[in-house]
Amino acid sequence: MALLEIRDLHVGVEDREVIRGLDLNVHAGEVHAIMGPNGSGKSTLSHVIAGKPGYEVTDGQILFKGEDLLEMAPEERAAKGVFLAFQYPVEIAGVTTMNFLRAALNAQRKARDQQEFSTPEFLKRVREVAGSLNIRQDMLKRGVNVGFSGGEKKRNEILQMALFEPSLCILDEIDSGLDIDALRIVASGINGLRSPERAMIVITHYRRLLDHIVPDVVHVMSKGRIVKSGDKELALELEACGYGQFEDAA
Amino acid sequence: MVALQETVERVRRIDVDQYRYGFETLIESEKAPKGLSEEIVKFISQKKNEPAWMLQWRLEAYRRWLTMTEPTWARVEYPKIDFQDIYYYAAPKPKKTVTSLDEIDPEILKTYDKLGIPLREVAALEGVEPPPGGEQTPNRKIAVDAVFDSVSVATTFKAELKRAGVIFMPISGAIREHPELVQKYLGSVVPTSDNFYATLNSAVFSDGSFVYVPPGVRCPMELSTYFRINERNTGQFERTLIIADKGSYVSYLEGCTAPQRDENQLHAAVVELVALDDAEIKYSTVQNWYPGNSEGKGGIYNFVTKRGHCRGDRSKISWTQVETGSAITWKYPSCILRGDNSSGEFYSIAISNGFQQVDSGTKMIHLGKNTSSRIISKGIAAGKSQNTYRGLVTAHRKATGARNFTACDSLLIGDKCGAHTVPYIEAKNSSATFEHEATTSKISEDVLFYCIQRGLSQEEAVGLVVNGFVKQVLQKLPMEFAVEAQKLISISLDGSVG
Ligand SMILES: Nc1ncnc2c1ncn2[C@@H]1O[C@H](COP(=O)(O)OP(=O)(O)OP(=O)(O)O)[C@@H](O)[C@H]1O
Ligand SMILES: [Mg+2]
Repeated sequence: MALLEIRDLHVGVEDREVIRGLDLNVHAGEVHAIMGPNGSGKSTLSHVIAGKPGYEVTDGQILFKGEDLLEMAPEERAAKGVFLAFQYPVEIAGVTTMNFLRAALNAQRKARDQQEFSTPEFLKRVREVAGSLNIRQDMLKRGVNVGFSGGEKKRNEILQMALFEPSLCILDEIDSGLDIDALRIVASGINGLRSPERAMIVITHYRRLLDHIVPDVVHVMSKGRIVKSGDKELALELEACGYGQFEDAA
Repeated sequence: MVALQETVERVRRIDVDQYRYGFETLIESEKAPKGLSEEIVKFISQKKNEPAWMLQWRLEAYRRWLTMTEPTWARVEYPKIDFQDIYYYAAPKPKKTVTSLDEIDPEILKTYDKLGIPLREVAALEGVEPPPGGEQTPNRKIAVDAVFDSVSVATTFKAELKRAGVIFMPISGAIREHPELVQKYLGSVVPTSDNFYATLNSAVFSDGSFVYVPPGVRCPMELSTYFRINERNTGQFERTLIIADKGSYVSYLEGCTAPQRDENQLHAAVVELVALDDAEIKYSTVQNWYPGNSEGKGGIYNFVTKRGHCRGDRSKISWTQVETGSAITWKYPSCILRGDNSSGEFYSIAISNGFQQVDSGTKMIHLGKNTSSRIISKGIAAGKSQNTYRGLVTAHRKATGARNFTACDSLLIGDKCGAHTVPYIEAKNSSATFEHEATTSKISEDVLFYCIQRGLSQEEAVGLVVNGFVKQVLQKLPMEFAVEAQKLISISLDGSVG
């Protein structure tokens, strides 16, 4: 059974069909890359999987671990292991990153009937992960993403991903705004989280990221559909020829 | 769109109906006939066994009140109040004269129990030294004066306070037992002619708390008054007077609740604070009167005059308020900075939901030299509520070196509510430095979804964001109450978004 199974998905935003019959199967242990031109519906897909309000699923199905994902509240999906690293992480003033991480982690653990982490246990975990991502301690004491640089925000997303240990990670343009060193740190953080139990969907415009995070499958998305799938070579082909050749297929 | 539809639904069902303190206590009470007249004023005075000067004071206020009209400048709307359709005095009918807590109607004790106000437990400790190494550390003790409808039903820790020289008692008792202090200070901050509601209060106030802290004394515990309106159609007009003599310190907290009723009830209190040289008064309010139901029916009209007078040099008065209840709130805890180098502070969290209307803020009147004031106001509007900050900062001609810092931030939840900031700033003196900052923001769907994607529920997400927003003020509350206030904030905002 696939970890994530999307069948004939149709999604409307403001009366416009943005996803138009999309199929996707992702198995545990796999890394899938999704590439595609601006506005092809990549972020929309990630939002619908995570349960963001404002989208209307007009047809199709999403199964996660065999369960109907669309029936679940977004926080329930999070507790069940769906994690989305946002293309544009928001800022939350007055709520320290530390408090935020703790509130979120405990909410997830509670939903799974697990015990909350003790304070020392929690602090130890956060410090470890933050250290490996080159995130300074003083950043954790600031408001969530407040005054963070673009790259710091992205690292903060990976910090959360590492802490929550989700089974499905969707990374929406995690490479945008990263300098070369930051890209390496983030990529190695992500690679460190690859495991046979976990799947990843990596949305990106650039092959460069896929040099670091080598995908098992590459999909090309255009006008709300997956129009071609292949192995990592497909990313190279795309870089050489662009998306033009797929426009018709969509 | 399903999700949006749901949001709209939930906003519509806004749950001010979840008010937890809306129960009613069935006790027999003694009431004056409905309406207001000189006879009623005399009746109240007589019930309280007041001396003649007090009755005179009330009557003068009453006559004055007859010539006054209700203020209309606040951004609040309500049908005209029929002042003859209100009971001005209601007291739980005592079975006999009460001399100890054991003789208080058990129904009343149960009420305070339900409200989480520990009259009995605390009273049981009265005059008993804490066991060595015992759990009851003296600095966590809180002395409580409980006011039920118009009457103070119990004051705890009297003996221990007495040893420190602190007077903490119902004002009705103070009028009889400490007439020299009451006569000297009552009405000296809020004169009987001050405003419509303050004048009304001066005529008919029934009870409230009186505090006197002698020179150089640091009050050994938090003082607290708990107000409860129970009777139907009853106005509550409490009067509080706190005097901190030279070099003394006192921290005082008031809490308020009322049963859930369809008709509106009037609460028009007056609080006067006097700080002499080097004295400090911290006054905190957690106001949680019944706000009315989800259709905007019922709820308390909270028309309150609170003012502190920094009479002495280097004196300090600090107001902290968490306002979550009442159908309408009209209150401006203020500081008159008369003493040189005196300072005033106002920290406020005002939350409105459902159909609540809040018009609140402060006045900082700089009269002395080198006086300073600080205003931090956080308004949160949800549902269909209206939330206005109204503030006045003035520096008198002689108030050289006056300084003020004001920051008013408003947070909107949903798009059917409103937040407004109305600052008046007036410096008659070129050496004054007044700084004013104001922001209005909205909890965005994106911020909420970010939190929810990380596993928090809608309510937890709103709570987290709001707590971040009000943290600066919450930190100013006495520790014991900060936690309570935090809970209260999340209850008040339940169902504010879908
Ligand atoms: N809330 C919205 N309201 C209106 N249109 C929307 C909304 N969200 C997405 N769209 C539209 O849906 C289409 C797909 O947008 P989406 O953000 O999913 O694209 P994307 O593939 O992630 O693009 P990019 O590579 O630029 O991030 C776009 O045409 C966009 O304008
Ligand atoms: Mg996108």
